[in-house]
Amino acid sequence: MGYPHPPHPKETVVLSQYFGDPEARTYEGWKKRGGYTALEQALSMAPGEIIEIVKESGLRGRGGAGFPTGLKWSFMPKEKTKPHYLCCNADESEPGTFKDREIMRWTPHALIEGCAIAQYAIQAEVTYIYIRGEFTEPLAIMQQALEEAYRHGILGKDAMGKKGLRLDMYIHRGAGAYICGEETALMNSIEGRRGNPRIKPPFPAAYGVFGMPTTINNVETLAAVPHIINRGAAWYKSLSLSSPKSTGTKLFSVCGHVRKPGNYEVTMGFPLGELIYDLCGGMREGRKLKACIPGGSSVPILNREETESCLLDYEGCIEKGTMLGSGGVIVFDDSADMVYQIMRLARFYAHESCAQCTQCREGTAWTVRILQRILAGEGEMKDLDLLLELAEQMTGKTICVLSDSCAAPVVSGIKKFRDEFEAYIKGARRPVTALA
Amino acid sequence: MSAAPEKAAYEPVFTGDRLKELEAIMARYPTKRAALLPALWMVQQARGWISEEAMVEVAEILDLTPAYVKGVVTFYTMYHQHPVGKHFIQVCTTTPCNLCGAEDVLAAFLKHTGCEELGATSPDGKYTVVEVECLGACGFATAVLIGDDFLENVTAEKVPEILKRYQ
Ligand SMILES: Cc1cc2nc3c(=O)[nH]c(=O)nc-3n(C[C@H](O)[C@H](O)[C@H](O)COP(=O)(O)O)c2cc1C
Ligand code: SF4
Ligand code: FES
Repeated sequence: MGYPHPPHPKETVVLSQYFGDPEARTYEGWKKRGGYTALEQALSMAPGEIIEIVKESGLRGRGGAGFPTGLKWSFMPKEKTKPHYLCCNADESEPGTFKDREIMRWTPHALIEGCAIAQYAIQAEVTYIYIRGEFTEPLAIMQQALEEAYRHGILGKDAMGKKGLRLDMYIHRGAGAYICGEETALMNSIEGRRGNPRIKPPFPAAYGVFGMPTTINNVETLAAVPHIINRGAAWYKSLSLSSPKSTGTKLFSVCGHVRKPGNYEVTMGFPLGELIYDLCGGMREGRKLKACIPGGSSVPILNREETESCLLDYEGCIEKGTMLGSGGVIVFDDSADMVYQIMRLARFYAHESCAQCTQCREGTAWTVRILQRILAGEGEMKDLDLLLELAEQMTGKTICVLSDSCAAPVVSGIKKFRDEFEAYIKGARRPVTALA
Repeated sequence: MSAAPEKAAYEPVFTGDRLKELEAIMARYPTKRAALLPALWMVQQARGWISEEAMVEVAEILDLTPAYVKGVVTFYTMYHQHPVGKHFIQVCTTTPCNLCGAEDVLAAFLKHTGCEELGATSPDGKYTVVEVECLGACGFATAVLIGDDFLENVTAEKVPEILKRYQ
């Protein structure tokens, strides 16, 4: 539900049912709400059976890339010759996205249960939950929940009373670096290294954290797993306006210029326009929708028409030339200065570039400089071409896609809001100098 | 003849209970190196920042070189390489917060803390204000972190009231 707002009738509340309910945070409270029954059931199955159910459900990764979860799990070696690891990605740093934070704050045991099921399915002895350093409150809540889970025998030796089964789960706290959300950078960070992404292949299922077979999943992905085990793959698949390609519910974090920002849970295929105008209460008094980034700051910007006709699932977003990404919906009304805000996004990427790749290190920095020049009233028309050329050089050429992510809002922004860039260049708009 | 004032001897962070705690953390990983981020957090919690001497100490415990440890410290923005004010204030100004007035919030913090500029500590040593990128709470703009306290929905008007709680 759109915590802190009451559930809207158009929502399909699964993951967010207990948001705002502090009792659900505790082990007892979670048990009372049906907690850990899915884990119990899962442990009575063979690991392969669980993977089949998750495959059948159509669940796709909620961290951004949308990779089918069951398929990812099936890449792990079946024959165990080495330790296996599960990493839970709770680094949530993509501007516009704040759903994993709410899952950890209100339903920490849902995440632990999801991790435990996944851990058993891929035959991993250890799960590392990588929480971004700034999430002080989710960290404390997760720590407490983990202690409870150990105390009640959910984790540790003979987990869930199953003789010989050992499930260990530890939190690894990040220390301020967006790039550590990228899966291979995250593994380096767990290993005590700088968070530089690794060249792939090898892929994590073959050579992951500590060089061992590893699966990495997002918080929301893992939190959905207990529901799928409890209610079945067919039920999950039916929760969609666009099954079978995009199934289930998804949390959309809505922020920016809407009356009621928050996390809204709807089924895949839900119309973006309805999300903004109905669930989020629409625009502020006297304001009109101008633009929207539907999937976190790394995806192309939509204009008003595209926003109002976009369906929220993997395919619907692609149809509009953007991506579902992490489901971080950033809404801009007609008071927003698109040039300034795009510069601010580019500055984010320039700050967060790990600087390994020349195209990314130089490209993000130059993008910011050129945009600031335009904002200062010192730009020329050819700067727009320069930005597009630079973006081209930054796309598809680097170790990870942070570089592409910086280019996406710039290219789509110039395409859709060119008049705003030109207004600065032609002197029709008062120059602004950016902070810092 | 008066002797030159002696530099205060470095007092190790990892002794007694803290060393035990670090050893327990090391047991969670197959390598010693993996305990580096947690060890650095412990140093920062104990001392407020991470000095060169502390890096040497951590390096020795984890069988790493001081240069390696420094390389890691400098990668992560949350580790302080210098002492900071008693209250470390991080204001998010990335796009979603920015749309909701984050730059005014930042300006208000600078003004009301007496900090001359971003990253500088106020003359009374109480505050350091920095601008940070997305804190992962964009629906509660403006997001601000003061020490370990995560504040939501901060507006420029609320800043003086908030600062009264951090003296
Ligand atoms: C620069 C960058 C940052 C990322 N940040 C995150 C993040 O904060 N959280 C996350 O779950 N995935 C993030 N991802 C995606 C991960 O690499 C990975 O695909 C994901 O965690 C896999 O989990 P899933 O299959 O459950 O989505 C990021 C990717 C890139 C390239
Ligand atoms: S694209 Fe950028 S962030 Fe990604 S590995 Fe290269 S330099 Fe680092
Ligand atoms: S932009 Fe401020 S918390 Fe995300």
